[in-house]
Amino acid sequence: MATSLNTHVLSVLVQNKPGVLARIAGLISRRGYNIESLAVGPTESPEMSRITLQVNVEDVVLEQIIKQLKIVELEDSAIRRELVLVKVKATAETRGQLIEIIGLFGAKAVDLTSEVITVEATGSPAKLAALLELFEPYGIRELVQSGLVALGRGNRSLTDRNQRTERLKAVRTG
Amino acid sequence: MSDNDTADELTGAQSLVRSLERVGAEVVFGIPGGAILPAYDPLFDSEKVRHILVRHEQGAGHAAEGYAMVTGKVGVCMATSGPGATNLVTPIADAHMDSVPIVAITGQVASAAIGTDAFQEADIRGITMPITKHSYLITKPADIAPAIASAFHIAGTGRPGPVLVDIAKDALQAKTRFEWPRQLDLPGYRPVTRPHAKQMREAGRLIAESRRPVLYVGGGVVKARAWSELKELAELTGIPVITTLMARGVFPDSHPQNMGMPGMHGTVAAVGALQRSDLLIALGTRFDDRVTGQLSTFAPLAKVIHADIDPAEISKNRVADVPIVGDCKEVISELISLLRPTERRPKIDDWSRYLQDLKRRYPTGYDEPEDGSLSPQHVIKRIGEITGPDAYYAAGVGQHQMWAAHYLPWELPGRWLNSGGLGTMGYCVPAAMGAKVGQPDKIVWGIDGDGCFQMTNQELVTCALEGIPIKIAVINNQSLGMVRQWQTLFYQGRYSNTDLKTNRIPDFGKLAEAMGCVGLRAEEPADVDAVIEKANSINDVPVVVEFVVHKDAMVWPMVAAGTSNDDIKVARDMAPAWDEDL
Repeated sequence: MATSLNTHVLSVLVQNKPGVLARIAGLISRRGYNIESLAVGPTESPEMSRITLQVNVEDVVLEQIIKQLKIVELEDSAIRRELVLVKVKATAETRGQLIEIIGLFGAKAVDLTSEVITVEATGSPAKLAALLELFEPYGIRELVQSGLVALGRGNRSLTDRNQRTERLKAVRTG
Repeated sequence: MSDNDTADELTGAQSLVRSLERVGAEVVFGIPGGAILPAYDPLFDSEKVRHILVRHEQGAGHAAEGYAMVTGKVGVCMATSGPGATNLVTPIADAHMDSVPIVAITGQVASAAIGTDAFQEADIRGITMPITKHSYLITKPADIAPAIASAFHIAGTGRPGPVLVDIAKDALQAKTRFEWPRQLDLPGYRPVTRPHAKQMREAGRLIAESRRPVLYVGGGVVKARAWSELKELAELTGIPVITTLMARGVFPDSHPQNMGMPGMHGTVAAVGALQRSDLLIALGTRFDDRVTGQLSTFAPLAKVIHADIDPAEISKNRVADVPIVGDCKEVISELISLLRPTERRPKIDDWSRYLQDLKRRYPTGYDEPEDGSLSPQHVIKRIGEITGPDAYYAAGVGQHQMWAAHYLPWELPGRWLNSGGLGTMGYCVPAAMGAKVGQPDKIVWGIDGDGCFQMTNQELVTCALEGIPIKIAVINNQSLGMVRQWQTLFYQGRYSNTDLKTNRIPDFGKLAEAMGCVGLRAEEPADVDAVIEKANSINDVPVVVEFVVHKDAMVWPMVAAGTSNDDIKVARDMAPAWDEDL
């Protein structure tokens, strides 16, 4: 049996109701795995939420989780984005260099004091990692990252597809 | 129901009781308390729903399970918030492991008090989340009817399981309009029952080509009520059958093709069949570790066809070569039509002969104790022989459970109730109670241990007062027998805390009488038949029969935990002689 640990990005459409997130998280945690990143928010239809999970699990375990949920694992080609807000130490001498880096990465300075510059940046996880590596020598005071959000490429929409079939699936009570 | 039950103004509690009537719930096992109190008022008046007042909520839960097992309907238990609800945790977990359809209704503190550590508050929905198929927390009275309708549907369809409906007290008290939902709003829930045609054809091809196939049959076949289809398939093809602990009786033990139960305490023929098979046809079974032993050496030569209604079970423990998601009744019917042409039937004469020989050489048996004391196996065997296969039998957990699985007359389906997955000591008495409520005209025997019995015997009070005349055999070996057996085998006979001293206390006869039951006792082989017949002749009150048995009796065969099925022992340090000329 394959036991390789791999990072997977999963998208789950769920009802926007209390306890749903806990149930989804439980499916991962009860098997002893950690959720590396998590993002939840409403979708284009208000009764549904979309959960994006990044997990590091064995392929076989992932298959079980996918079967228990109406989950879609996104392809490697999917568009993946994170948001980072970071306070970087900035003196009068270094401020110019930092602003240059910020510009090159398409990021934004959103707050400035005599000691720090607060930067907002979005992008792929790789791009943000590169940006943070450049900030590192200046000193990072504080950092917050959103969970990863991701969408598959192309015309298809997860919500559209699910909702249409779900309506057909409504159970008649007779 | 009449049509005027839409748009009536009533309380949430009335709506709950009307919903229970509407789904056809005939019996509720429960105990009232503060938060659920409003529900008990209209329940008092219901002519359709009988409430059975138990003595402990755990008893309510197991009774709901017992009722569900013998009726095929959804069992219902009810409890108040906090401790009432947490006492239901064990039976809910039990129902989850053994796929028993129950709905647990709990009162919750008023919605404004939720999350404030209010008196008798427990987040029972959070507590039971990993052990329920689904759960609801209801804070609005209008949501009660749809939640009950959905809960019963979810509990009883697909892979059955427990559903919790937690209702805030103010939702029970507030006024609402009763509206029975025309449709259930369950996005994402649609169990697949019809197997995929392509996979079925592949399964048919593998079976036709196999030379050493085995029908590895689990509790899912009982749940699907597919015993007649199973018999037809087995007799059409001649393929040997093994029935797991949860499936005892789904295929008659007297049938020559039945090789018995597999697993840690399985028969040599069943374990040998799995280990030497070239094709496992796994139906409604989940390759439990107690069946497979060490997974890497389980059925090493076999391809696997795995049919289950729950897609998450397939390839969970053993990778399936042919995965089939579907209801076992439909899967087996499909297999029958695929294998009907003569040329599609596998050629298995050598294989059948080999297994018949194993079965003949290694029947499950036991030695009578040399000191003239009672052998527990003999007692259990006699209960079955005297009472017959049409009775219902419940068991606790431990040695007596394994002996019951081997020595009772498993000829009819759905007669066997036990806690297979969770292994809940204390399951027997309340499950037998629920079974008797569901099948009032049949004899219900509980085969219990002296350890198990002391966990939940208080439900005999319920049985005595409510007119539920079950019969409980307490197989008293004065110890926690299965644990003691492991201490004998793996802990050099150091009997740490397994001596229950039940030879001194309690006096089971007096205890039985104190609870309004008849208490009987047998100590010698000569007494056994007489007390069983006496117990069977009493049909107005519950009976407790204490059988004082030898405490060193052990369950054989045995595959030690974590070892390979190939290392099965038929007695201490005695391995079967496999005839390898196959």
